[in-house]
Amino acid sequence: MWVLLGIAVIVIGFMLRFNPLLVIMASAAVTGMSAGLDIHAIISAFGKAFNDARYVSIVWIVLPVIGMLEAFGLQERARGLISSLKGATTGRLLTGYLLLRQLTAALGLTSIAGHPQTVRPLVAPMAEAAAETQAGSLTDDQREEVKAYSAATDNVGLFFGEDIFLAIGSILLMKGLLEQYGIILEPFQLSVWAIPTAIAAFLIHGFRLWRLDRRLSGRLAASADAGTAA
Amino acid sequence: MITLTWVYILAGAAFAAFALFNLADKSNPRRLGNAAFWGLMAASMWVGDWLGDFGNGLLVLALVAIAGFGGLGKTKGNDIPDALKQERASRYGNGLFAVALIIPATALAGTLLFKEYPAMFDVKQVTLISLALGVLLALGVGYAWLRASPSLPLSQGRRLMDSVGWAAILPQMLASLGAVFALAGVGDVVGGVVQQAIPEGSLLGAVIAFGLGMALFTMIMGNAFAAFPVMIAAIGMPLLIKQYHGDPAIICAIGMLAGFCGTLMTPMAANFNLVPAALLELKDENAVVKTQVATALPLLVVNIALIYFLAFR
Repeated sequence: MWVLLGIAVIVIGFMLRFNPLLVIMASAAVTGMSAGLDIHAIISAFGKAFNDARYVSIVWIVLPVIGMLEAFGLQERARGLISSLKGATTGRLLTGYLLLRQLTAALGLTSIAGHPQTVRPLVAPMAEAAAETQAGSLTDDQREEVKAYSAATDNVGLFFGEDIFLAIGSILLMKGLLEQYGIILEPFQLSVWAIPTAIAAFLIHGFRLWRLDRRLSGRLAASADAGTAA
Repeated sequence: MITLTWVYILAGAAFAAFALFNLADKSNPRRLGNAAFWGLMAASMWVGDWLGDFGNGLLVLALVAIAGFGGLGKTKGNDIPDALKQERASRYGNGLFAVALIIPATALAGTLLFKEYPAMFDVKQVTLISLALGVLLALGVGYAWLRASPSLPLSQGRRLMDSVGWAAILPQMLASLGAVFALAGVGDVVGGVVQQAIPEGSLLGAVIAFGLGMALFTMIMGNAFAAFPVMIAAIGMPLLIKQYHGDPAIICAIGMLAGFCGTLMTPMAANFNLVPAALLELKDENAVVKTQVATALPLLVVNIALIYFLAFR
């Protein structure tokens, strides 16, 4: 039972807003010690896993390219393009991105888009520009909301598209785990069952994006009404 | 053969450059902290395989000590004026998109193409290798067409990297915590607790406990992969599959997706939820999580219903 202390450390540490890196280290130390491991073994296990997971941090090599292009006006150009399109709304733009992200992830192309690669330089500025056209001008809170929706749309598209692909990590994990229990399945038998949830995710998140559009352009309509009344 | 090692060398070079630019930056009072932090990341990429497990552990402790006790700062200068960016945007036009799209296009083409050449490329890692190649191509085109000064990509990349800060290594840290949890047998204990909470003889109760357990444990661990073996061992295998004869493919596939709903709702899934908030310079670091809750909760209900209605026909 005592090993659960590590989970308590995480929950409490996050609630008290300590630096998450410190919280993780504290949790690892508490968990390891309550399981009877010595400090050397805990540090070694942690270090080995950290080294094995380096591929997670490779994605940061895109930052120099993004930084260079942003210095040459990439975000400004993305905004300009969207504001010149008639009928481009935040909701339609993000729904299109959601579909594209789900479809490409379903083909196993999870790393071609993402927060550093596409959301910051392209999707978020475009969504902001469309929102500006819809709402006239954006308050700081609206700007935050549109940006947060841009990031959220990328996540939803990725999570509920990738498991349709046969060779993604989570499918291989399931196959491997079931084999330990003596159940042999082909990856295809697993990945096909990701499709109903993928459709539901598109409908639910798409509906929320449609409502976001209504909120954004509703303000424009309301302020236009106020204008005629005055 | 081109393997991930080559990509680690490139990533190490990028981190080393971020460290050096920080070292030379007088506008940041904590520049030594930034330089040490990214310098250690460069070392991890370059020589991690030779440091040994304990050595890597000490490297992590140093990273945590720097970041955890406020050792990281941000540069003051280095911003390109908005008017200049606007002027350049109209001068270079939509070609800027073409350069940005080189990276995903190369990742796509490389993923499909390199698989055909298993002698030259590590086929398990083709996407990451192609991503790195795309970065190099885009840099080359950028230099040739935009005539960017040689140091510009690295100095601007460094600015972006510092705005992400310590959150950049959270995903790697959480994966490592998962390894310690596994070593300590946390999963078995959690499974035991969850099993006691299910009402005897209720299929619906077991399905709900399975789906909710996946989401909740994912929220704590920040990763559905860590929750999955625990919940399968605790509920999925003994109850849903063995006792109620559910279809294992449906239970596993949709159970994992119930876990992904948890990923949308936790700051522990840092690379998906905290990193974009930093990258987009949001005031509320939890703004992305908060936005996602209203998608994740109905979708979790849908997943639980799908398991209940599809897996036990």
